[in-house]
Amino acid sequence: MVKRVAIVGIGTTGFRSVTPGVSYREMIFEAARKAYTDAGLEPDEIDGFVTAAEDFMEGYSIADEYCPDQIGAVLKPTHTVPGDFIQALATGYMMIMTGAFKKVAIESHSKASNMMKIDELIGFAFDPVYNRPLRESPHAIAGLEMTRYLFETCTTPAQCATVVVKNMGNALHNPHAAFGAEIEVEDVINSEPVSLPLRRLDIAQHADGAVVAVLADEETAKALTDLPVWIRGIGWCTDTPTLEMRDWGEAAYARLSADMAYRMAGITNPAAEIDFAEICDEYSYKELQHMEALNFCMPGEAAHFTETGVTEVTGELPINISGGGLGVGHLFEASGAHKILELVEQLRGEAGTRQLPDAEVGLAQTWRGIPTATGAVAILSNR
Amino acid sequence: MGYRKVAIVGAGITKFVRRAQETGKELAWQASKMALDSCGLTLDQVDCVTLGTAPDAFDGVHMKGEYLADGAGAFRKPYMRHYVGGGTGVFSPIHGWFHVASGMADVCLVVGEEKMSSCYPHPQGAFITIFDHTTEQPLKPTLIWIFALEMNRYMQTYGISKEDIALVSVKNKRNALHHPSAQLGEEITVQDVLDSETLAWPVNRLDVSPASDGAAAVVLASERVARRLTDKPVWIDGVGFALDTAYWATRDLCYPTYVETAARMAYEMAGIREPDKEIHVAEPYDPFDYKELHHMEGLMLCPRGEAARLTADGVTQRDGNLPTCPSGGALGVGNPIAATGVMKIIEIFLQLRGEAGKRQVPGKPRCGLAQAWGDLMQVGTVVVMRI
Repeated sequence: MVKRVAIVGIGTTGFRSVTPGVSYREMIFEAARKAYTDAGLEPDEIDGFVTAAEDFMEGYSIADEYCPDQIGAVLKPTHTVPGDFIQALATGYMMIMTGAFKKVAIESHSKASNMMKIDELIGFAFDPVYNRPLRESPHAIAGLEMTRYLFETCTTPAQCATVVVKNMGNALHNPHAAFGAEIEVEDVINSEPVSLPLRRLDIAQHADGAVVAVLADEETAKALTDLPVWIRGIGWCTDTPTLEMRDWGEAAYARLSADMAYRMAGITNPAAEIDFAEICDEYSYKELQHMEALNFCMPGEAAHFTETGVTEVTGELPINISGGGLGVGHLFEASGAHKILELVEQLRGEAGTRQLPDAEVGLAQTWRGIPTATGAVAILSNR
Repeated sequence: MGYRKVAIVGAGITKFVRRAQETGKELAWQASKMALDSCGLTLDQVDCVTLGTAPDAFDGVHMKGEYLADGAGAFRKPYMRHYVGGGTGVFSPIHGWFHVASGMADVCLVVGEEKMSSCYPHPQGAFITIFDHTTEQPLKPTLIWIFALEMNRYMQTYGISKEDIALVSVKNKRNALHHPSAQLGEEITVQDVLDSETLAWPVNRLDVSPASDGAAAVVLASERVARRLTDKPVWIDGVGFALDTAYWATRDLCYPTYVETAARMAYEMAGIREPDKEIHVAEPYDPFDYKELHHMEGLMLCPRGEAARLTADGVTQRDGNLPTCPSGGALGVGNPIAATGVMKIIEIFLQLRGEAGKRQVPGKPRCGLAQAWGDLMQVGTVVVMRI
């Protein structure tokens, strides 16, 4: 019986706002080659492959067709999870836990710069009968949700702006990140309104990039590497996709997926037991909302925590050291991938100038974006 | 190697029709509700949900899995969609198997849904976008063309005639007369198939399965739960899947190697050495009539090039030695892609439990197999089940 699963290799292209020189298949090849080298494996030694991709983002129907060649998965057990990287990671975890697979590779990428009208494309995710005829931008829904969150928690837009300042600042120390910048709260609250109270700098800009990770069961992991990063807990959850039926103030999908992951990892006091976290900040207020859903603090406390520096790199619970979505770039299906990448680099002590001392347990949380209410949580540890 | 045992304990299926009045969500709900009712479970006893559905382009809904979530019963539950093109349906219980066999869940609801009719005027239009944007789309190919290439290659390699292949269509559409969900159950003759209009030689209209709307669902459970729920659990003893290269023009189309690779994985897991003797009833994927033959060979149920002869000899009829597509298959019951695969799983489930009614094959089958295939003639998914 398999007891534990570890990440034994990871590779990435890094993330950039545009990548005109390479196709998405070349990006995936680069990430896969680095991941397999990192794990000390040849692709034909890997038993199974999972990719995370959505057809419309790829510009193909059945985007699954074009995944095997560049990751070395030809005639291997390979499938696609149209979801976030962390959901694909959960599938890989389960594949190994069945005992039928020993080594599984997980791939996800974003080639957002290929899309000419990204907001209109996301509009196709709205309910075709009730919501799509309104022709709202996805940011309009986020603006509504932000309004509700600010109202319920007595948070201000300026407090949300501190998240942007922190994350874009953190990204300056991350060579993978595309949007590192030194900015101030005034820059955010004076940037042009998109869907008030949401402003341009509250919104993560999209980026391109690919990530491949290799998972292995305990025995194989110990044989392959001295620095396995164990999957201690994993959870995923979908709240209702129906906009009209949701609880808009709270991120229930994040709370429920975290509960699942905490239960598995045996974590009862997340704020004390987790050393650092990479959580979804596709919109600035989302980082605060997710902190509360993850039980890092009480509802309404997240803004205060952020203002007082608790979530800074030097704070008690550093959040989004990588720069998060705001600093690294929003990567759609690969959103969870850069968070897992940051966790692995920190837990192996390979995070360079942004390395945390003594990091042992990290949490990655992701959300699939407007208009979904789907999220996933992974807890990784080097112990 | 011992895996945690996983059983199918319940099943539900909607009618397969050309144009359903229901939305995709409603179809998914109907099938899920039937499946749960069939084993006396309610939604709060379900640990997690997985959904199979093919291209978003049919519905024109981006992130279709998210859209269908509440219809499939995934409200506030761990829920994931999986996707291997046309092979998705039979992959669905494989993904469910991961959930239960890994110990992550005790009860997993597996739903397959497809609503092709939203794609107007015809879902074939969506298929142009499955081809490579640089090397293939400029040629404006259709799916029928590439299958015409494959069918022709298969016929030429083994000296098989169109009449031999048409027998599959005749058999499956006749079998479907007894399936309550069937869209195209009818008595036809080989001559009817040959006389139907040519779409792209050698493919005629009656060689092809229809476009359909429908949904199907099964409930998977761990051994402990399954034994409590039913005295006739059907065990998933072997799963296999394999994805070949995207560059299909580089392959010899006369033989589906990816199906063989997937089948070998499933047979090894199930401990099957002689599939032609140990498999008592099979549901290979039959979106085109030649594909049933092609897949029987890939599944090693007969030697290469022999499937047509077995069909002509009546071996694959319901009362033959190797009943194949006793449900009526995609050709007869209809082909709402992901739901078709789950329909095939359900057919084997019912056949092994002896509950297939008029479709029941004689001889109390104890081991059955369902298979699907998809992407660019590229993926094989296989599930071996035993009672």
